[in-house]
Amino acid sequence: MDILQLLISGLANGCVYGLIALGFVLIYKATEAVNFAQGDFMMLGAFITIGFTNANYMGVPFWLAVPISIGIMALLGYLLDRFVIRLMFGQSQTAVVILTIALGFVIRFVAGMIWGHEPQTLENPLAGKELRMGELVLGMEDVAVIVVTILLTWGLYEFFNRTKMGLAMQGASQNQLAAYYMGVPVKRVQGFIWALAGAVACIAGILFAAKGAVDPGTGLMGIKAFAAAVIGGFGSLPGALAGGLIVGVIEPFASRYIAAGYSQVAPYALLLAVLIFRPHGLFSQVRVKKV
Amino acid sequence: MRIVFKTDYMQDIRSWKDTYQLMLYLILLAVVIAAPVLIDDFYLGELTNVLIWALAGMGLMVLTGHTGQASLGHAAFLAFGCYANIILMEQGVPFMVAFPVAGLLTGLVGVIIAIPALRLHGIYLAIATLAMSILTDDIIVLTEPWTGGVSGKYAPPVNVFGFDIDRWGTPKEFYYLVLGVVVIVTLGYINLMRAPLGRSFIAVRDSEVSAQAMGVDIARTKAMSFGLSCAVTGLAGALMGLFAGAFNNETFSVIISIELLMMIVIGGLGSIHGAFLGAIVIGFLPQFLSISKEWVSALFGGADVAIPGMEFGVFGLILILFILFEPMGIYGRWLKIRTFFELFPFYRKDMFKRQKSYLKTERLR
Repeated sequence: MDILQLLISGLANGCVYGLIALGFVLIYKATEAVNFAQGDFMMLGAFITIGFTNANYMGVPFWLAVPISIGIMALLGYLLDRFVIRLMFGQSQTAVVILTIALGFVIRFVAGMIWGHEPQTLENPLAGKELRMGELVLGMEDVAVIVVTILLTWGLYEFFNRTKMGLAMQGASQNQLAAYYMGVPVKRVQGFIWALAGAVACIAGILFAAKGAVDPGTGLMGIKAFAAAVIGGFGSLPGALAGGLIVGVIEPFASRYIAAGYSQVAPYALLLAVLIFRPHGLFSQVRVKKV
Repeated sequence: MRIVFKTDYMQDIRSWKDTYQLMLYLILLAVVIAAPVLIDDFYLGELTNVLIWALAGMGLMVLTGHTGQASLGHAAFLAFGCYANIILMEQGVPFMVAFPVAGLLTGLVGVIIAIPALRLHGIYLAIATLAMSILTDDIIVLTEPWTGGVSGKYAPPVNVFGFDIDRWGTPKEFYYLVLGVVVIVTLGYINLMRAPLGRSFIAVRDSEVSAQAMGVDIARTKAMSFGLSCAVTGLAGALMGLFAGAFNNETFSVIISIELLMMIVIGGLGSIHGAFLGAIVIGFLPQFLSISKEWVSALFGGADVAIPGMEFGVFGLILILFILFEPMGIYGRWLKIRTFFELFPFYRKDMFKRQKSYLKTERLR
């Protein structure tokens, strides 16, 4: 029963990692760039929602604040692409990586300026409620996190594989020039994907802030989500979720059964092991480039 | 307007183009040698810090700027060099031996790490090195018997050619120690870049496929690049430890890794000058910010405001502006200005325009 309890809380944590990883994968799948600021996006989304909902800020009803925040984050994502990333069109992947790292610094600074550096919790209608199943006690937040994550991943997966826009995105990432020839509006597609990534980051942020406290440094948790994305293989949406769940579950078990200090080490050690033995992740799409 | 007429094949081979260029660098050398007389001990300390960062920057520049392997984990090698140096000295090894051995050991570790890293490209390499950098913190804590863990270690005064050198007691001598190391490494770097190995680094950076076709052994070249890069970074780490005086598991955090990479990007990727220019920016930015903050608060008559995290915010903003508008960094901008004057009035706007490349995935399906 103890193990089951650990497993469920690990899964709920893992879902948040998985959602951030989902943001990485979305952008990677459509633009072949990696957004190192995705964790900071999540933090920003959480803070925007807190700014709307919490009583000491604006006190807007929760269910009204959520769609507004998601909309704002989507808009921010779009504007970021329109005015910053688009100027980078044609530059190397590494340049985008460094740009987004710098962006993360700026977002952390701005969030600290507006909302301060104290950890804050999102006031939400599910807080404190429990779901009892026999001896098992689950927080309603944990259940909500797991349900929302699974629905979102499934929806995005279907979107990428079934809809015209999703296929256009995949095409734009695989060969920009050819996608242009086929009539794919590559730039608009990229703007859309950044907006989508912003929205997903906001959802992740809301779930995270509802479960625990968030402060401007929380964005660095995005690095843990990298572990999730890499373990999942960076190009695969279900892979990202699976990776997130693996990382989330491994953490409490490592601290419980090895030693307290190892819960931090375990995800990165796993990440390095995956990179060494399967350099392109467990759900790999890469084949060797030949001369 | 100045034109270099090539009258000798040696002009392409030796390290300087003409006497004029050589003179400029000799003057620069004379100025930095005279620096302890010219400025007070506080700014000398800052200058020493800049030189150490430049050394670390050169270490990363070999790997990222010239071989094209982005590493977000060089703080790990700084830490390794620092701890190796101090631990050797605590075992009774004199500094003059411990220091180069620390560099060598770090280089060796770099080569060992390069073996799995050879299979990784671009982003995957960046993430793997990032993970390595985060793990360093925990590894230092877990290996407490050697490293002192969270409580850290103190750097003893070092003995160089019979002089006792200590960062606080004898800042001038410490400055000369750092300057000596930086000059030797820089000369070695300049030489490396005109040797076959340095040329093959650049070939690997520009296109692995064509480098392979030209007979460059990719695996060996990358491993060498990792080794050299880490060795220099290890030396910088050892000096950084001596400079800081005390250090623990958090001194060489992942933020330092990121800062190091950003530094060389601001300075200008792919040039030795870039490492120095970036180090100057990163070394003097905190000073500059605190001075300008006082100035602003004096202007508005308000009290002195403390804004936590401003340094990183401003730094990130500078970096974003550079990547968007001057991807070649400060050195790239300087090259453009210099070319403008050298060719006056024949400079054209598109002279430094890069070829646009369209993205093509490496994930084939």
